[in-house]
Formats: sequence, structure tokens, C-alpha cells
Amino acid sequence: MNLTWLSSNLSWILELTLAHLWLTLIPTVVGLALALPLGWWAHQVPRLYGLIVGTSGLFYTIPSLAFFVLLPGVIGTQILDPINVVIALTIYTLALMVRVVADGLAAVPRETVEAAEAMGYRAFQRFTRVQLPVAVPVILAGLWVAVVSNISIVTMAAIIGVQQLGSLFTQGYSLGLMTPIVTGIILCLLIAVVLDLLILGLSRMLTPWRPAAARSVTARSASATKTRPASAGATTGPSRPSPSEGSGKGVLS
Amino acid sequence: MSGLIEFFADPGNWSGSTGIPVRIGYHLLNSLIALGLALAIAVPLGIYVGHTGRGEAVVAGMANALRALPTLGLLIVVVMLAAPLFSSSLVFTAPAILVLVLLAIPSILTGTSTGIQTADRSAVDAATGLGYTPMQVLTRVQLPCALPLMISGVRGAMLQIVSTATVAAYVSLNGLGRYIIDGRANNDFGQMAAGAALVAVVALVLELGFLLAGRLTISPGLRRSERRLKVTAGAAPAT
Repeated sequence: MNLTWLSSNLSWILELTLAHLWLTLIPTVVGLALALPLGWWAHQVPRLYGLIVGTSGLFYTIPSLAFFVLLPGVIGTQILDPINVVIALTIYTLALMVRVVADGLAAVPRETVEAAEAMGYRAFQRFTRVQLPVAVPVILAGLWVAVVSNISIVTMAAIIGVQQLGSLFTQGYSLGLMTPIVTGIILCLLIAVVLDLLILGLSRMLTPWRPAAARSVTARSASATKTRPASAGATTGPSRPSPSEGSGKGVLS
Repeated sequence: MSGLIEFFADPGNWSGSTGIPVRIGYHLLNSLIALGLALAIAVPLGIYVGHTGRGEAVVAGMANALRALPTLGLLIVVVMLAAPLFSSSLVFTAPAILVLVLLAIPSILTGTSTGIQTADRSAVDAATGLGYTPMQVLTRVQLPCALPLMISGVRGAMLQIVSTATVAAYVSLNGLGRYIIDGRANNDFGQMAAGAALVAVVALVLELGFLLAGRLTISPGLRRSERRLKVTAGAAPAT
């Protein structure tokens, strides 16, 4: 490691880290907020499921670098404006989370929903107080996939000149210096770890009834490959972070 | 937008070594080489993991770790480290393709192993009861049953490769990404947009191709359960 480079660029690195955090977090939060109602809609109306999931999946097909460059032409922004990155990532997050939310809601045991209905919950109450809380583990597992891929995708924007941790990669490449690149990778991984802990905390807060062991990342990924037939996507791509528990019965019965 | 149309209207952009057909060709060639290598490594490994159940945790952990690694950083590190090892004509191509292979492996591997693991138990038992040898069970029952998930994994891998191959233009890999990089360098936004549009079209066409391949190769008996499990759209982490 070249410490001279590090110490003389410390404030720039901090700036890049903060920019990276914002560029990752805003799309994640907005994308999730949009995905909740849309996913509920897709779950309510089975005919829409294919349409909504198919259309959103199509956006996922477009490589991010191409997306960043094409967006200004479609929505009329400046070509090098960071807002393009935010919008593109929001669409990616939405595309992923709509499916996760719809599948998560579908995995809520039927008896639970029927019990709520029998107790007099109206459709909206049923959604916010029963279905959504039960689907939280699935949704947060999906959100983790979205966050981690967003962290990586944001770095691509360095190629078109949007400043964030990816700028350390391009800088290192043009200087022929390994230090900035390694620094950038470590910081990206660090952000991933911190945000994972944040999601873990959120999961603990929102689902106090679950045993702590079920929440750790390792348990999450191990159970994803082991128990769930439909879960390949959880590891093959962000398309299918799978319902991790409770839903297994639903599929088999 | 007008720059985009101008770019496509210019006959000079349709011929020569920097022309659209040649760039599309390179993009597809690099992607196919990477996919072929990734398949050769990941499918046997996935069959082994799925069949024996060994190393699942390792595979899952590796896939997660690779997902968290920023692709652009990985690409640049590998090119900087590996470039001196290759002869001059491959100096940039080989390390970049190495990264494409690396990124494609997890999704094919998990698709294959999960597919084999979750092949209908009763079908496997029935085949064993009929006197199939373990090898026959694998090739005639488990693999066909695993096909939907395998194809979804390969599709994810292909999209990841095409996407990363675009970015790899930054480290001098030939292909459609060059239009984006060169356009950026010359402030030629028309060229950038044209490159981006071409990449998007290539990705969408490949996606459709995989959809079709799935229709043609997946046993009709599996289709109902496939829909029920909703394993179809396995998109790559778009990078």
C-alpha cells in the first residue's frame, strides 16, 4: 500500500465514500417504497403478476453502463448528471423488489390471512398488519441482494465521470497505482457489511418473534441453497431472493 | 438524440475495424468464449455439489462474496496484475475474459447444483427402482429435471457477461463498450448513446434467445411445476 497517496487523498476518499453511500441508499429506499404497493398489486391480481414481473425483469436485462448513457435521451436530463445513476438504480431496485414483494406476500400461509380476515381485518389492515410483517424476512433478504448489487453497480458510473468510490478504480488505473483500487474495493465491501448489519437490525426490530439464528447472513445463504427449490435465483442473480422460511410448506402442499 | 441518429446514418460506422458489425462480433465472441469456459468449469462442479451435497456452504459463500465485489474494481485489479503474464496480443483480452468467466461461474454453479438437488425425489426413487444406475439417474432424470434452473442460471451468467464485457472496454477489451468509452473521451454523446443502444439490443435479443431455448429444451412435464415455482426469469445482477 502506498501510504503517501492515501494520506494526501484522505478527504477526497471520504467525499467519494459519502457520495457512494447516497447513490446507493436513495435508489434502494425509493425503489423499495415503490415496490411495496406494486408488489401488493401484482399479488392481488394474478393476471398482472406476469405483466408486472415480466416488464420489470426486462429492465434488469439492460446493462447498467448502457442504462446510464441511454436515460438522458429518454427523460431529458444532462448526460453526465448523477441523477441518471439514481434513476437507473431505482428502476433496477424496483424491478427486483416488485417480484420479491409479490412472492413474499404469496408465501404468507393462507391460514394466517384467513384468520385475519375472520377477525375482521379489512384488506388494507390485513396488508399492513399481517401480510407485510410476515413477509418481512423475505423482503429484507431481497433488499440485501438489491443493496449489494447497487453498491457494485454504482462504481460503473465512474466510467462516465460520476464521482463515487468507482472513481478510485479509474484513478488507480490511469496512474498505474494499486493503492486507490484496493482502497476502493475495501470501502465498497465495508459499506456492504455496514448496510447488511443495518438490514439485520431492521429485521430484528420488525420481526421480534423470530429466533436470532435464522437471521444471520450465513444462515440466510445456506438455507437459500439447501431448502428452497425456487431459490436458485437468490444466488444466481438478484431475481429470486427466496422466501427463506414458512413458505416451504406452501409450495409442497 | 440527433447525434444518435447521425451515428447510425453514417455509412462509415457500418464498416471497417471500428464498424458496428465488427464490434458486435467481438462483443459476442468475447462473451461466448467466456460463457463456454464458465460452463466447462461450473456445470461439472455444480453436478458434483448437487449430487453429493458437498461444499454447498462454500458455493453459497463464494457467490455472495463475488456479488459484493465491485465488478469494475475486480476487472481493473485483474488486468493490472495479470497483464504482464500474457503475450502482447492477448495482454488485455485474456485478463478481461478471465474476469468474465469468474463472474459467470456462481450463477451457473448454483443453478446446476440447486436444480439437481431439488429434482423431484419421487422421480429419482422411481428411476432407481426401475434399475437405473446412479449415472443413468443423473443423466436421464436429474439433469432433465434440473434443466429449468440450469438455463435460468446460464441466462443470468450470459447477461452478466454481456454487461461486464461492455464495461471491460475501459480496460481495452474490444466490443460495443468501446463506443461508450471513446464517445466519452471525445465528448461525442451520439456515439455513446449509439453504443449503449446497441448493447441494450444485444442483451435483449440474447434474453429472448434464452427464453426460446427454454421453451424448446425443457421437458413438457416440467413446465407446469416450473410455472408454479416461478423459476423462469433469472436475470443477472445487471452490472
